[in-house]
Amino acid sequence: MSKLKELEKLFTKGKITRREFMARVSALGLAAAVSPAFLSSTAEAAKPKRGGRVILGSAGGSTTDSLDPGTVSHTMPQTINQIIRNMLVEVDYKGEAVPELAKSWEASPDAAKWTFKLHKGVEFHNGKTMTAQDVVYSFNEHRGADTKSAAKGVVAPIEDIKADGKYTVVFTLKEGNADFPYIASDYHIPIIPEGTKGKDYEKGVGTGPFVLQAWEPGVRFFGKRNPNYFRKGRPYFDEVEVIGISDVNARTNALKTGQIHAMNRCDTKTFHLLEKAPGIQALKLEGARHYTIPMLTTIKPYDNNDVRLGLKYAIDREILVKQVMRGYGYLGNDHPIPRNNKYFAKELPQRQYDPDKAKFHLKKAGQLGRTFNLHAADAAYPGAIDASVLIQESAAKAGVKIKVVREPDDGYWENVWIKKEWVQCYWSGRPTADWMFSIAYAADASWNDTKWDHPKFNQLLKEARAELNDKKRREMYVECQRITSDEGATPIPMFSLQLSAASAKMGFKNPAANWEFDGFRLAERWWFKS
Amino acid sequence: MSTIFVLVAKRLGLGLVTMIVISVLIFVGVEALPGDLATAILGQEATPETVAAFRRELKLDLPPHVRYFAWLGDFLRGDLGTSLSNKRPVAEMIVWRFSNTIFLAAAAAVIAVPVSIILGILAALYRNSLFDRTVSMATLSTISFPEFFIAYILIALLSVQLVIFPSISNINDQMSFWQKIHAIVLPCLTLTMIVVAHMMRQTRAAIINILASPFIEMARLKGIKRMRVIILHAFPNALSPVINVVTINLAFLVVGVVIVEVVFVYPGLGQLFVDSVAARDIPVVQASGLIFAAVYLGLNLLADVLSIITNPRLRNPK
Repeated sequence: MSKLKELEKLFTKGKITRREFMARVSALGLAAAVSPAFLSSTAEAAKPKRGGRVILGSAGGSTTDSLDPGTVSHTMPQTINQIIRNMLVEVDYKGEAVPELAKSWEASPDAAKWTFKLHKGVEFHNGKTMTAQDVVYSFNEHRGADTKSAAKGVVAPIEDIKADGKYTVVFTLKEGNADFPYIASDYHIPIIPEGTKGKDYEKGVGTGPFVLQAWEPGVRFFGKRNPNYFRKGRPYFDEVEVIGISDVNARTNALKTGQIHAMNRCDTKTFHLLEKAPGIQALKLEGARHYTIPMLTTIKPYDNNDVRLGLKYAIDREILVKQVMRGYGYLGNDHPIPRNNKYFAKELPQRQYDPDKAKFHLKKAGQLGRTFNLHAADAAYPGAIDASVLIQESAAKAGVKIKVVREPDDGYWENVWIKKEWVQCYWSGRPTADWMFSIAYAADASWNDTKWDHPKFNQLLKEARAELNDKKRREMYVECQRITSDEGATPIPMFSLQLSAASAKMGFKNPAANWEFDGFRLAERWWFKS
Repeated sequence: MSTIFVLVAKRLGLGLVTMIVISVLIFVGVEALPGDLATAILGQEATPETVAAFRRELKLDLPPHVRYFAWLGDFLRGDLGTSLSNKRPVAEMIVWRFSNTIFLAAAAAVIAVPVSIILGILAALYRNSLFDRTVSMATLSTISFPEFFIAYILIALLSVQLVIFPSISNINDQMSFWQKIHAIVLPCLTLTMIVVAHMMRQTRAAIINILASPFIEMARLKGIKRMRVIILHAFPNALSPVINVVTINLAFLVVGVVIVEVVFVYPGLGQLFVDSVAARDIPVVQASGLIFAAVYLGLNLLADVLSIITNPRLRNPK
């Protein structure tokens, strides 16, 4: 690998040409190891420019939003959270955990003890210097009996957090977790000054690239460049404005008329027109968002794997991607790991619509005559009802009867999800295989929406978590994906692409798709070309 | 005049009772909806422990009547409380938005009311002419379309094609008065097109009704010009129904424009109301609901008082 690094260095410095570089890399048999982004970014060689006010038009904002990091549950406050604050760890466009407020970290051999070294001299917007105490406080806000943080489950594996001197924090975990740095990248856990509580959250004091000037929930955020930002040279913009625009047509028009510079959640119906529109760059990114149809295994007959498998075969995934996603998605294989994840199981065959197999499995379970109720509302995801009707149709062709039960949008997550036997649902995905499996598929997960309890899977997941050998780890996760796909209770018919658009004036490199707006970090990473 | 003061006093008293009843209805209504703030905010991410912690902190675990009377007590002392979802004082959240709502409503009214009354008078004057029919057709067409459709047409024409006005009207405090006016032209036009028909038709009908009266015939026989007859003789007598329909439309401009607010991203009270109901943020729902109720009650009272003042028969009842 060092040979590759050397070649990369030579190429970057211009000592060898692109053609030479590729030829020599191929000769070494390393072509696959070269990141495509490495070549394109050097080829573009665009130097970011300073200045200007960037305006983001964001869907997913509500007048009831707050900047309490534990409850930021919409894209707009999540983006603002990232504009004014930082986490210990950042996830880059490749899905790798890279340093943010933490300069470096290391794990004990069993991956149960993690030592994070912090950057020195990082200042909060109020002038206070960030120390290990602030980090300990920030994590503890999500722990304990009285917390109302949505990240409570995420930090639950932490046994103890201690400051070791001013700039070192030591995390002791209940069990080994090789992916712990990813947990420290969760958007719920930015580092805030010690003692921040309740109303103080709305003042938005953090270490982030911009300082909050005005904030009206669901309406508008306005921030000015933080002159003392700890990353030299960043951010490139002088000012940032985030406007809440819930109507997709209003967002699109605002972008077309130049009132905003970037928007999220483009309309799939008109995206092909945006791609052709002058002055606009339409972005189609592969994220981890996927749509699921969990069955409660505690309710008969969903405890029978033949029933589950039969229903999985009765779903025509191709049609769902074509009709519901309008082609802006790809087939799911009944496990939640997206194909751009490094542990994605390429070796598993794609499950196809197969009426005969559907019939076979349901017959074997003695449930072929049964009518299965599928509960759906568009609160699960836009198009969930249409998707359910399409599933009903494809199942009918296999002789499987499904009845679509329409549920109210209001209270869907409380009264339908994990309550009714078979429902529509979505997951925005998580950066690691372990995280995704642990929150929704492990038997003890609070969001295990199928109550699925597979001893071998649970055991494997636990072992993989503490495994530091990447090759062994990969094998374990492939097996996890196989078990979930063949024996799990969650049909996962499709993954969606993230559609967004920006003005042609905007410059950027390798936008990340882990979250909307370049991983919530557009305001820090992007710049104006002219 | 004393009759008016008695009436106003009586109506204000009744209005207060109505407001209390409305506050109970709103509270019961929001309580009856499934879920509460904790589950609404946490959504899919809710776990039983975090929901319980949420409820403890916000006192949502207390029985409903205790929470209602606690709220009523604060309200009567003039304290609107703080938003449950982001701890902001409700008064502060509402004042800014309500003034925005009034700003847009006033701008629309300043155009819509004179235009519709003048069109109504002219339509009555040239009854059954081509002009009358064109005006009726045009205004009835605009009222028949859903408001978001009119809004999108205006945006496509005046914002995307001709690039005269902005497509979103997200006004903020950094803007000057004229910048704000420029920003709200399109929502203002949309609202105008929606309310003109109702007021115009009512004006026209009321005047035509009066035109059948004997005193109008007398005036005509004396040789007074048609225009003069309509403006000086018929219109003052037709004012009462016109005032009523104008105030109803004004009330609509304040309380019924949430769709226009969404399409134009206008920070008015309607969006706050809808979001707060969705999140079960009761103090905000209560305060906005009561403001809407007060607007309706106040404008109705105003309509009655104006009707009495403009009508000598009501002013001096025998």
